[in-house]
Amino acid sequence: MAVAEFVIPELTEYTVVPKINPGAMEKVKSFVAPQGPQEYLGYPWELGADWKERAIDKMGDLLGKYRSLRVFMDACVHCGACTDKCHYFLGTADPNNMPVARQDLMRKVYRRYFTLPGKIAPWLVGAEDLTEDVLNQWYTYYHQCSECRRCSVYCPYGIDTAEVTMAGREILNYVGVGQKYSNEILVKVQKIGNNLGLPGPALEDTLLGLEEDIEADTGVPVKMPLDVVGAEIMLVTPSADFFSEPHVESLIGYAKVFHAAGVSWTLSSKASEAGNFGLFNGSYETMQKVAMRIRDAALELGCKRIIVGECGHAWRVAYSFWNTLTGIGYGGEDPFSKKLQQQLDNRYPQPMHICEYTWDLIESGVLKFDKSLNDNRVITFHDSCNVARGSRMGTEPGGQFTIPRNIIRAVANNFQDMPDDTIGEGTFCCGGGGGLLTDDLIEVRVKGALPRMNAYNSVVKGNQVNFLALICAICKAQFTKVFPYYGFDRGQVGGVHQLVSTAIKLD
Amino acid sequence: MTSLTVIYTGLMYFATIILIVGIAYRIYEYSRTPAPLVIPTTPAPTTNSGVVLRMAREVVLFESLFKSNKWIWLFGWLFHVGLALVLLRHIRYFQEPVWFWVEFIQPFGKYASFMMIAGLAGLWARRFLVDRVRYISTPSDHLMLALLVAIGMSGAMMTFVTHTDIVALKAFALGLVVFDLQPVPEDPLLLIHLGLVALLMIIFPVSKLLHAPGIFFSPTRNQKDDPRTTRHIAPWAAALERDKI
Repeated sequence: MAVAEFVIPELTEYTVVPKINPGAMEKVKSFVAPQGPQEYLGYPWELGADWKERAIDKMGDLLGKYRSLRVFMDACVHCGACTDKCHYFLGTADPNNMPVARQDLMRKVYRRYFTLPGKIAPWLVGAEDLTEDVLNQWYTYYHQCSECRRCSVYCPYGIDTAEVTMAGREILNYVGVGQKYSNEILVKVQKIGNNLGLPGPALEDTLLGLEEDIEADTGVPVKMPLDVVGAEIMLVTPSADFFSEPHVESLIGYAKVFHAAGVSWTLSSKASEAGNFGLFNGSYETMQKVAMRIRDAALELGCKRIIVGECGHAWRVAYSFWNTLTGIGYGGEDPFSKKLQQQLDNRYPQPMHICEYTWDLIESGVLKFDKSLNDNRVITFHDSCNVARGSRMGTEPGGQFTIPRNIIRAVANNFQDMPDDTIGEGTFCCGGGGGLLTDDLIEVRVKGALPRMNAYNSVVKGNQVNFLALICAICKAQFTKVFPYYGFDRGQVGGVHQLVSTAIKLD
Repeated sequence: MTSLTVIYTGLMYFATIILIVGIAYRIYEYSRTPAPLVIPTTPAPTTNSGVVLRMAREVVLFESLFKSNKWIWLFGWLFHVGLALVLLRHIRYFQEPVWFWVEFIQPFGKYASFMMIAGLAGLWARRFLVDRVRYISTPSDHLMLALLVAIGMSGAMMTFVTHTDIVALKAFALGLVVFDLQPVPEDPLLLIHLGLVALLMIIFPVSKLLHAPGIFFSPTRNQKDDPRTTRHIAPWAAALERDKI
C-alpha cells in the first residue's frame, strides 16, 4: 500500500455525486516551470510589471483566433448539466472542479474586460477583475483538468472545457507561469526527439535488447528496425513504449504483428515520440513544431504509411490535427501538404492507428492466434478519453470503441465491459491525462481516478475481471501508479497489444 | 398621441433594432472567428447531412442535455417548447388576415404559457435546491429567470384572468409594423408585459441568451469528423506554414 498524505477515497458500488466542499483542492499545485524550459519555449519565467495587460491582450488574441473559446465564453447558461460529470469533481468535491466553475474562472475575467454588462455591472453577472489571486486560481484549477472532454458530451451547447483549459494554460505561459512537468517535456521532445529524453544510441540499444528477448522467448527473430530508409511503414509510438512497464509489452506486440504480416517497417529516432504535449499547453505553434518532427521523419525515410502506437492524446493529435498541422493525410491543395501527400500510399488512411492496422489483418485472416494463452486473464477495456471523444478508428463513427474490443475478443476468451455510463463516449478519464501525470499532482491523480476505479471494482467483484486493457501510454502509467492506492495489483494493467503479443502465432 | 404611446412606440422600435442588430453582429463575429482545428466531440457525423441531423436533434430535442440530466432536460424542454408555441401564437398580433396555421395553434399557444412557467419554475427551484447549481448561480441567472417568469405570468394573466383590450393592442402592434402609429392601450398589466419583453430583447445580445445563436457555431457540434481526408486550415495558421515548405 502506498503512503499518502491525503485521504484516499473509499470505493463504492457506483460513483456517488458528492456535496460540494469549497476550497478542498486549492492547495494542490503543480510545480511552476523554471527559467530553462520557459526560455526555450519563448515564454517569460516570472510575472513582469505588465503581466495583467499581457494576459488580457493574450485573451483577446485567443478570442479572435479560436471560435470555440469565443462561443463558449458567451453560450453557457449555468444550467448545471456538467456539474456532476468531471472525474476530478467526483473525486475531490471541490466545486471549482465542476466544468462550469472551471470555465467561469476565465469567464468572469472575460465578462469584466470584454462584455458590456461586465464593464458596467460586474457584480450582477459574476464578472471579476484579473488579479494575482485569480491568476493563482487559474494555475491551480487549469492543472486539475485533464482536457478529457467528458463535459463536452453532456453540455447542451457542446462547450468543451478542454478548450478553456488550453486557453488558460496558454495565457499562463504567456505571462510567465508555466507548468514544470509539461514544459520540460516539450523541451526534451524538441531537443532530443522524445518525451523521456532518450537519445538515439540508447534507443538502438534498447531495441536490440528487446529483439534478443523476443527471440529467446519465442524462437522467432522478430526485428525492431530503426531509421530504415525506404521502409513501407513508419511506426510512431509513445517513448514510454521503449522503456516503461507495461508499455514495452505492447511494443513487442506491434513488432510481432508487423513480423507476422511480413511488411517492412521502421521506427524513427527523430520521431521517437508520438505524444505531443503541445496539445495540453494549448499552443498551436508548439503543437505544430512537435508534430513537424513526424513530417520531417516521414519525408526523410520515404515511408508510404504512418502508423501510430497505443497513445490516447497522440492519436487525437495524429487523427484530428496532423493533416492540419503537417499535411499528413489527404485533401491538401497547397504545395506544403502535397509534398507529403503524394509520397503516402493513398490506398490507406493516413495516419492509421495500430489497432486499425491489426484489426484489418485479423479480418483478412493474416494473423493467427491461440486465444487460450490469454485464458488466465478476465479482461475489461478502458476507453481512453482522447481516443473516445477526440478521434475515430475505422470508417464508421464509434469505430474507436468497437475496433479495440474486437481485437481483444479475437485474441482472448474472457472479456467483460465495465458499466455502460463509464465507457464509450461517457468514459471516465484515468485521472492522469492532459499534463497531470506528475508526482506533484498525485493527490489530484488518485482522487480523479475514483470513478474509473469504482467501475473497475464493480467488474472485479462481479465478473472476476483481473486485467485492465488500455491503448494509452498515459493511462498505463497512471493506473500502474494509482492501482495500489485502491488495493489493486498493478500487474493487472496492460496494453491491448500485450494481449495480442501473448496469443499471436509466429512462424 | 399620449406620451405613454410615444414612450412605448419608441421602446418597441429601439428594442427591435437592438435585438436584430445585436444578434446579427454576434453572428458576424462568431462566423468571422476561425476554428483552426477539427474538434467535434466524437463519435461525430462524417457528412454534412449528418451534421445537420445532429444539430437538429440538439436544437429540437436537446439530445446532449437528455443524456446529461433528465430533470434539467424536462424543465428546459418544457420551457423552450412552451416559449416557442407562445411566440408563434403572438404572430397573430402582427398580421391581418391571420395565417391559417397561426389560427390553428392558437389554443395550444394559450396553454403553452403554463408549460413555459412550469419549466421556468423547475429550473429556478434547482438554483436553490441543488448545491452544485446554487454554487454557480449569479444574480443575473436569477434575474433572467425572474424576468421570464414575469413575462409569462403577466401574459397568462391577460389571457386567462383580466382580459386586455385585444383589438386595441392589435391595432397598436399592426401600427408598429406598417409605421402607422396607434395609441398603446393603457392597461397596466399589458404595459408591464410589453416593457419586460422590450427589456429582454435589449439584453439578449449581451447576455447568456446568446446560447441561442451560439449553439449553431459550436465547433464540437457543427464540425464533421473527416480530418484524415480533408485538410482544414485557418488563414492565420496557413500563414505560419508558408516559410516551412
